[in-house]
Amino acid sequence: MASNFIRRGLHCSVKAGGLGYRFSKTLTLSRPSHLLPIITTWKTPPGDKEGTRPYQTSATLQSEGKCEVPDLSEETVDVVFVDRSGRRIPAKGKVGESVLYLAHRYEVDLEGACESSLACSTCHVYVSPEVFDLLPEPDEREDDMLDMAAMLQENSRLGCQIILTPEYNGAVFTLPRITRNFYVDGHVPKPH
Amino acid sequence: MSPRVRWMGALSRRLLCPRQRPLYAANTLALHRHFTSKSHPPKICVVGSGPAGFYTAQYLLKHHTEVLVDIYEKLPVPFGLVRFGVAPDHPEVKNVINTFTQTARSERCGFFGNVTVGKDVTVEELQAAYHAVVLSYGAEDKRELGIPGEDLHGVYSARDFVGWYNGLPSNRHLNPDLSCDTAVILGQGNVALDIARILLSPIELLQKTDITQGALDALINSRIRKVWLIGRRGPLQVAFTIKELREMIHLPGTRPRLDTPDYHGLVDITKDLPRPRKRLTELMVKTSLEPSEKDADRWSKADREWGLRFYRSPLKVLPSDDGHKAAGVLLSVTQLEGTGENAVAVPTGQVESISCGLILSSIGYKSTPISPAVPFLAKKGVIPNSIGRIQESPGLYCSGWVKRGPTGVITTTMTDGFETAQAILEDVKSGILDFSESRLGAAAIKKSLALKEIQPISFSDWEKIDEVETARGLGIGKPREKILDPQEMLAIISE
Repeated sequence: MASNFIRRGLHCSVKAGGLGYRFSKTLTLSRPSHLLPIITTWKTPPGDKEGTRPYQTSATLQSEGKCEVPDLSEETVDVVFVDRSGRRIPAKGKVGESVLYLAHRYEVDLEGACESSLACSTCHVYVSPEVFDLLPEPDEREDDMLDMAAMLQENSRLGCQIILTPEYNGAVFTLPRITRNFYVDGHVPKPH
Repeated sequence: MSPRVRWMGALSRRLLCPRQRPLYAANTLALHRHFTSKSHPPKICVVGSGPAGFYTAQYLLKHHTEVLVDIYEKLPVPFGLVRFGVAPDHPEVKNVINTFTQTARSERCGFFGNVTVGKDVTVEELQAAYHAVVLSYGAEDKRELGIPGEDLHGVYSARDFVGWYNGLPSNRHLNPDLSCDTAVILGQGNVALDIARILLSPIELLQKTDITQGALDALINSRIRKVWLIGRRGPLQVAFTIKELREMIHLPGTRPRLDTPDYHGLVDITKDLPRPRKRLTELMVKTSLEPSEKDADRWSKADREWGLRFYRSPLKVLPSDDGHKAAGVLLSVTQLEGTGENAVAVPTGQVESISCGLILSSIGYKSTPISPAVPFLAKKGVIPNSIGRIQESPGLYCSGWVKRGPTGVITTTMTDGFETAQAILEDVKSGILDFSESRLGAAAIKKSLALKEIQPISFSDWEKIDEVETARGLGIGKPREKILDPQEMLAIISE
């Protein structure tokens, strides 16, 4: 029940779109939610090389500073992201957190253009088969958005709609490659 | 000062938020100095601040720690079709502005609005000032119908109509005639559905959006009760996507008119279709042949309706008796040769007409050439390129609609922008893109603009406009009230 509440709580709040609304429990609002500043933070994620200059645009989803990340369960789930270049990025997810949110914490290049409001498919991921079968059936609206995703596969889902549970331990979330027909026909494109 | 103005002033001061500086700024500068002592950071400029431009810039900044990116925009305001194309009742899609804003606020990103590349500054000038130039200026032109009567009163392009209700400065005086009962939209894509939805939506829904007040007033007085979407081909070739169709089917106060004969034969075919086409077709079939009781009941009470008409190609716009206004459209009945996505509509010789006072052509957008120095495929309306590298033009790249044609949703453009950025970074890494020599970047362009007395608009200038728009919207229950006149925007900045 409790975990269900957390799940639903996060789910609804993330869907709401506005930052202030989302974190209204932990924030004192003095201004309308849609005018809240977007705060950029620099966190060094595990494994980040020193001396690089991270640049992140994950906007509201991982804003910190004034806004606290909602206190999720302490229970963690070990998952792996495979980014667009094929690099494996192990991540410790929190139970109740969405895969999109987790990806942003680890600076995985997963976009969330519509901020979890089911209006785009920029957070499209492939889910490893064992875990894919455990996921709740997608909402009709998620299916509608998946229909617009590039390189749709049987195991495609939207990262914003996958809420981590302990059973998903070991899941692998693979981001689709950027180029659709890069090497499909064996052609190696010539640079200038 | 009027009380209203005073109130707004107080409000905007209260809303004024200090710009957040990224925490890594200090660190960045130290590193920057260190780096430039032995090499020069690549300076790249992006032409156009729509999704293609911003996604390309974002990828470059994220995946290269030194690159500097400047974005040039023709209008005083950023975000292209996210602001001027996305329907006002789809605010979720506009959330992407938050991500773009984050990009624009980066220390390594510059924004120059109110600068028309090709007029105020040439592509050659940009090439001299930057190591690489990315053209992502979109598809600004519309495809013409090319039929008699196209210029009669009451005939508009979807592009202009969308620009009108979304506050595009050049369309602010369109003033479309909505005094008739029936509208015909030529085309069956998402833009056509957007327009149908805006024409038929209950006003209560629209008045909470950022639709312009002028458009809202016109829609309040609109007499349009019936909208037909006409396609040359059949239900298996419609270009709209399922989310938009579902939204239309559920639009309060309206009833879909999907004539059953169009759908009877489709039931058996759908199982072999690719998933998106299959689900879309199933939704049309279900709506036409087996609507739920609840839907059927709701539809029976609706006072407005819309429908899809297939196998019809426009021949001419029929004039009213006085010859000045559109009174209908003459259609050629077609049949398909071939099947699937590539089926071609050929005329059967039969014709029919629909009476209507409003005709909107929604048959697609078109890119135009920006400079004689840049190759352009006029027929396809794109810049010839290989993964974003413009043919035979080292240092020139393209992304978005001008690269692949005006189709796809935001996800498609994101992938496309990333792809071009990746190609640029590969060229930086391999040395194909030579940045051993320092370039002046924005400094050179600003100097040239100053000579022409053109004042570029910075991102913080835009944030002032944004603040005024938001404050104006707040008073009337809208997320923003867009400013339509570029002169007014410039006045706000200089205040």
